Amino acid sequence: MTKDECKKLVLDIIADIAPDEDLSNVKPDVRLRDQLQLDSMDFLDIVMELRKRHGIEVPEKDYMQLASLDSSAEYLTPKFIELAAKR
Amino acid sequence: MNTRSHYDVAIIGAGMSGLAAGIRLAHFGKKVCIFERHNAAGGLNGFYSFGGRKFDVGLHAMTNFVRPGVKGTPLTKLLRQLRIDRDEFALCEQKQSRIAFGPHGETSLRFTNDFAVLEGEVAQRFPAQIDGFRRLVALVKTYDDVSLDAPPESARAVVRQHIADPLLEDMLFCPVMYYGSATEHDMEFGQFVIMFKALFLEGFARPFEGVRVVIRVLLEKYRAAGGERRMKCGVQRIVTRDGRAAALVLDSGEEITAGHVISSIGAPETDWLVHLGAGASDDETVPHEGVGRLSFVETISVLRRQPAELGWGSDTIVFFNDSPRFSYEKAAAPVDMRSGVICFPNNFEFGAGRTLPEGVFRVTCLANYDEWAHLDDTDYRAGKACWFADMQRSARRFLPAVDDATLAAEIVTTDMFTPRTITKFTGHFGGAIYGAPAKRRQGRTRIENLYLCGTDQGFLGIVGAMLSGISMANYHILQKG
Repeated sequence: MTKDECKKLVLDIIADIAPDEDLSNVKPDVRLRDQLQLDSMDFLDIVMELRKRHGIEVPEKDYMQLASLDSSAEYLTPKFIELAAKR
Repeated sequence: MNTRSHYDVAIIGAGMSGLAAGIRLAHFGKKVCIFERHNAAGGLNGFYSFGGRKFDVGLHAMTNFVRPGVKGTPLTKLLRQLRIDRDEFALCEQKQSRIAFGPHGETSLRFTNDFAVLEGEVAQRFPAQIDGFRRLVALVKTYDDVSLDAPPESARAVVRQHIADPLLEDMLFCPVMYYGSATEHDMEFGQFVIMFKALFLEGFARPFEGVRVVIRVLLEKYRAAGGERRMKCGVQRIVTRDGRAAALVLDSGEEITAGHVISSIGAPETDWLVHLGAGASDDETVPHEGVGRLSFVETISVLRRQPAELGWGSDTIVFFNDSPRFSYEKAAAPVDMRSGVICFPNNFEFGAGRTLPEGVFRVTCLANYDEWAHLDDTDYRAGKACWFADMQRSARRFLPAVDDATLAAEIVTTDMFTPRTITKFTGHFGGAIYGAPAKRRQGRTRIENLYLCGTDQGFLGIVGAMLSGISMANYHILQKG
């Protein structure tokens, strides 16, 4: 799992929970909230879809790690690698 | 046939809120079952077949309509949360609606899904009030109406800080109250804001085929997510142990256990199931305390032709009141004919050449549950016939004139529901469509793992009902992992 692959997985989730958003120009270093209309319900869904699809747990204290695509990849990629190693 | 007797979550009632909660929970892997006493889903917003026709119950129009691209409103939130593509509802917009006040509707405010129309009408009819009206609208737009712990405030008091003319005040309250208020005379300001946005800042729409489209979409999502439902399978009582809901006893006598229970049947109605679970007898009289006092009666006339052919083609919904003040209160007589709501389901923009197969003319008025509840069958039928004619005549004062003989010749069939019908099909005590006056925003009950969703949680309208189910499932169950 590379960080780019991880960003792609996060974007896939956002595409499913917010199909009315245009995701073609999402800037990885800008907060998602500042470029897309995502509210707290949507962020909860990102967390829950990560758990449902990939078995990744994001505790509430870490939600802010998902603020941008870059920070999401920093935070999630090691989790994906760790999980793959266990399998 | 289901044999499972334990679920992660049991939901009581397959109305809009219960189905929405069920979709969320099933989507995220919870084992969920919805228990519904009737054979049809939809609850307060269902449909039924009668004489080979399908009639919608409750729903005049879906409120909260916004066009594609508008984000952050209740409709968009619910579509996202339930993974519904807005094309699945295929909503068609209203033509125009009116608030008509005076013995023959002399003062009228038109509104459409374009808010500028209402604003223009207020400026024209109430020039001295327009600045205050704009201030009120600005306040409504910025108010946090989905907060689960906002302090209650009188909507009448807040509105009066901006609008000094009681006629305009009443005209704004009339639609807002008719479409969702469980309290008489006044409402909580947060509830006013929700309804003001839903009706005026957003708007009305409906699927061509009516509410059944919405129900069909919800049922399909729920099934696809792996949710179970048991129809004709009511919950008879809730057994508690150590402050927790330990078991649900079904009408069949079967016992079900669940980690969490979400009840959409109303607050006093849910408390009653707990009371029965503690050993109270079925024969005890159901409580009056905390039960809503507002109920409705509705007449439905099916017409041979489209309403437009009778000159009734422009109005989608008309909110009317003939008296100096608008009184939203429990009717003193079986029906209060001073005010009401007219709906023409035909008058939506269904697209070129597409019309409903028959004309429909619906009239809704406030009604008195007790007056209808005690009648024997003969008197009940006679009461319906008598009030039907009176209600139709009353409502026609606010529509372009059609003479009695012409209208009579157009009517193919009629139907009518009363407060008694509401209690029979929804289980709501007192025929209280909008439930109990005191809402429980956080959906909590005295029982730790038993939560409310739907009407008595306090998000209004069918979009509100769905959001209520979503919010309660998120807040009490999914956020907790």
